[in-house]
Amino acid sequence: MLRSRVIPCLLLHNKGLVKTVKFKDPKYVGDPINAVKIFNEKEADELMFLDIGASTARTEPDYALIKKIANECRMPLCYGGGVKSVEQAQKIIKLGVEKVALSSVVFDRPEIINEIASVIGRQSVVVVIDIKKNIFGKYEIYKHNGKIKVKQGLDKTLSILEEIGIGELVVNSIDNDGEMKGYDIHLADHVRNLVSCPLTILGGASSQENILNLIDRFKVIGAAAGSLFVFKGVYRAVLINYLDKDYREKTFKIACEKKN
Amino acid sequence: MIGIVDYGSGNIQAILNIYKRLKLETFIIMEPQDISMATKLILPGVGAFDEAMGKLNKSGLRDSLDEAVLQNGVPVMGICVGMQIMADSSEEGALKGLGWISGSVERFDTTGMNIVPKLPHMGWNDISTSEHPIFDGVDKKIGFYFLHSYFFKADKKDHVIATSIYNHKFDCAINKKNIFGFQFHPEKSHSNGIRLFKNFSEMLQC
Repeated sequence: MLRSRVIPCLLLHNKGLVKTVKFKDPKYVGDPINAVKIFNEKEADELMFLDIGASTARTEPDYALIKKIANECRMPLCYGGGVKSVEQAQKIIKLGVEKVALSSVVFDRPEIINEIASVIGRQSVVVVIDIKKNIFGKYEIYKHNGKIKVKQGLDKTLSILEEIGIGELVVNSIDNDGEMKGYDIHLADHVRNLVSCPLTILGGASSQENILNLIDRFKVIGAAAGSLFVFKGVYRAVLINYLDKDYREKTFKIACEKKN
Repeated sequence: MIGIVDYGSGNIQAILNIYKRLKLETFIIMEPQDISMATKLILPGVGAFDEAMGKLNKSGLRDSLDEAVLQNGVPVMGICVGMQIMADSSEEGALKGLGWISGSVERFDTTGMNIVPKLPHMGWNDISTSEHPIFDGVDKKIGFYFLHSYFFKADKKDHVIATSIYNHKFDCAINKKNIFGFQFHPEKSHSNGIRLFKNFSEMLQC
């Protein structure tokens, strides 16, 4: 039976791998190629790379680095960061990347989704939305690394995406980023009810158990995590890791038990 | 040498990388005359059926491919849409397929599914296989990475060498003599995929 996808989400900044907390204080955690090699060995389900500098600082994605990552990667790969045009998306796919993630451009020009889909295939178009709760507990979308608030509301944005049709939606909680205190389940529920495309939840994964609970709740979901897969222990020592055998078995079991 | 057919569809780089790691020689086929140099052929493919088929028709490679596969018995491996276009036709499109293995491409029946999303079928799924040497050393429980909404339905059971389940059982690997087709993406399926590419490189001309 189809299993849920457990996805390490790795952040790129100035060619290195970093990890943030609430989208701030990027801490250097190592070399991206080395991380890919380790996730190859661990046989991770998929990998996601997000370049957190590309959209704000640079005009073009770092193609040389993306190529190196794609060459090394033996699992499906998603790249996001600084992608604003059909040409850029096509170039990235040609480097051997399966999925291209869009974010800020989608809020200004949602029709870009169809333009890119017509060239690379709709299944390869991923949209990442970064979400923060305001003081009244209302979910709001941010772009450019959480720096700029998007005026358009979350529900409205989701209905637009639902109508256009995308390959996958990644919902990233800014509040929970790097906190390792658990996923925002309320947010996950809310979004799952409003979109029918494949969904991946990112931000806050606290443990392998937390990932398992998310999978158990939705049966088929993408469970992404950053800190959990790059840090180990209470002192957050850098150690690239992945689900251990025991938990992988448990995800297999959920897949077998679920009713389609 | 293993020739990878570049007709503008599919992830060629990932396949090249795997064979490089296996220390087996590959080359990219873009012109009809390149095909005669290939002792094995790989036909990748992503996107919609008509788009892939249209590109292949326009590439000028079709006649030489038919000759190599149907007359000379060169082993060929189709991946994802590269497998689907080996059928006679598809529900997804209007164009005729290559017709190498009789069958049609159908959309998943999602009746009664209570999970969201229903389609595409995306992610890792286990497979059941026949005792075919192409699957030597493959861990069936781990299976392969899939990403599709349509599947190949072979007319003859004999041509099915693996099935998987998504709401219902479907054919995920087919074989007729020298012709192989895989719905999943071996180029993105870790050691199982590498094993499959290695096994394919050892298949003989027939």
